[in-house]
Amino acid sequence: MPVPNDRRYLPTHEWHKPDGDVITLGITPFAADELTDITYVKLPTVGQQLKAGSTFGEVESVKATSDLYTGVSGTVTAVNTELTSNPGLINSDALGAGWIAKIKPAVAGEIDKLLSAEDYLKKIGQ
Amino acid sequence: MLLRTPLYDFHVSCGARLVDFAGWEMPLLYRGIVEEHQQTRTSGSLFDVSHMGRIWLSGKDTPAFLNHVLTRSVTDHRVRRSRYSLICSASGGILDDVIVSRDVKDWLIVCNASNREKILKHLEIQRDARSFDMQIDDRTLSTAMVAVQGPRVIELLSDFLAMDLKTMPRYGFEDSEHMLTRYKIFRSGYTGEDGVEMIFSAESAATMVQSLSEELSKDDSPIKPAGLGARDTLRMEAAMPLYGHELSESLDPISAGLGWAVELGKDFIGAEPLRVIAQHGPARKLVGLHLASPRIARQGSPVRSGEKNIGEVTSGTFSPTLQKSIAMAYVDTKLAESKTPLQVDLRGSLIEAAVVPLPFYKRSA
Repeated sequence: MPVPNDRRYLPTHEWHKPDGDVITLGITPFAADELTDITYVKLPTVGQQLKAGSTFGEVESVKATSDLYTGVSGTVTAVNTELTSNPGLINSDALGAGWIAKIKPAVAGEIDKLLSAEDYLKKIGQ
Repeated sequence: MLLRTPLYDFHVSCGARLVDFAGWEMPLLYRGIVEEHQQTRTSGSLFDVSHMGRIWLSGKDTPAFLNHVLTRSVTDHRVRRSRYSLICSASGGILDDVIVSRDVKDWLIVCNASNREKILKHLEIQRDARSFDMQIDDRTLSTAMVAVQGPRVIELLSDFLAMDLKTMPRYGFEDSEHMLTRYKIFRSGYTGEDGVEMIFSAESAATMVQSLSEELSKDDSPIKPAGLGARDTLRMEAAMPLYGHELSESLDPISAGLGWAVELGKDFIGAEPLRVIAQHGPARKLVGLHLASPRIARQGSPVRSGEKNIGEVTSGTFSPTLQKSIAMAYVDTKLAESKTPLQVDLRGSLIEAAVVPLPFYKRSA
């Protein structure tokens, strides 16, 4: 299961990728695979203020419903509306086209406190 | 330590993701739940169902014993036919739902994996309590069972097995032999599709399934293995009840909509309380729901009518065939009419839902 070095992770399987002045959030291929076919994504709303550690949405599959957590505080600047009609994008491309939201960070350096790819790999036992 | 079926190595070689199901290490999926679901609806799938209990009954008092423990009479049960039936407690609660098959010399009960030990014990206690002269033989571990289901299965398997399955009646079964392997073949299943279920000896199962799987995957719309994930979404679309969801010891068959499988005119364990329920009508009824959102209703989600809690979801999924969120739920009988607008409480959000007739899906042929 790919765990690229260009982003940071939460133990709850969300990835956070710096992208200019925003941070893109999604879930890892490991999490997508565990959930099996994703059938619904509850997206946050643009402009919504988020605090590190809070939930910003939900993903549902036949197997389970899971909350989505952000590891960084900030304002939602974009959401992936493609997921509304095609939630399976997360299964087919969790690290790319299956991104969920973009956040403009409120606290500099918060992202650096999250798990590195190496630590996340340890956490999922790989 | 989890039990493994004789097809364990087959699952591993097919890339299955294995999970604990009722104490058995079973394939949840091979390629993907939705893909395997569609494969079953459009062509055919092979499911390992060896975890289900297979209990043989023999001896002269077997028919009398079965009439005592089953909700349906076996007096008119024809040889080489299977029937759906229920085993109830003295208070009318459902201990299990089973398929009963009458063979030439003996009888077979197929029960849920999760209930096998409970049912075995129940059968032994009931036999001994009334000194029925008969034997109970659990052969779950010495046999294997697969379900092959889908619109192309009868045609493809008829060729492969060199027998005419088209003429076999629904819920009929036969003994046969293929490459020196003896097996039983039943025209039944749990997916809403046509198809068969087959029982082999544990020793011959792997070779048989391997050869079946190789031969029938050559075609471009072949038969592929499918796991318990797809089995669950398939049975939900077909509105087939699952023990632990629609059925339990605290529920009775009348409320579960299974009155057709209860013969109140005969005496059996649980008959008395069930007659009372049938007379007054059940307080709750099992209904189908279409949700107005693609979100999935889970077991235990409250069903509401305005401010009032009027029921509970037993199973729900996003139906791959209908592309809609569907659920089964027990609701107040007064609100069980089709088209009644209700709400399902999903983790605090109220989702509009309408009562619809069951099943959600019916095959065309």
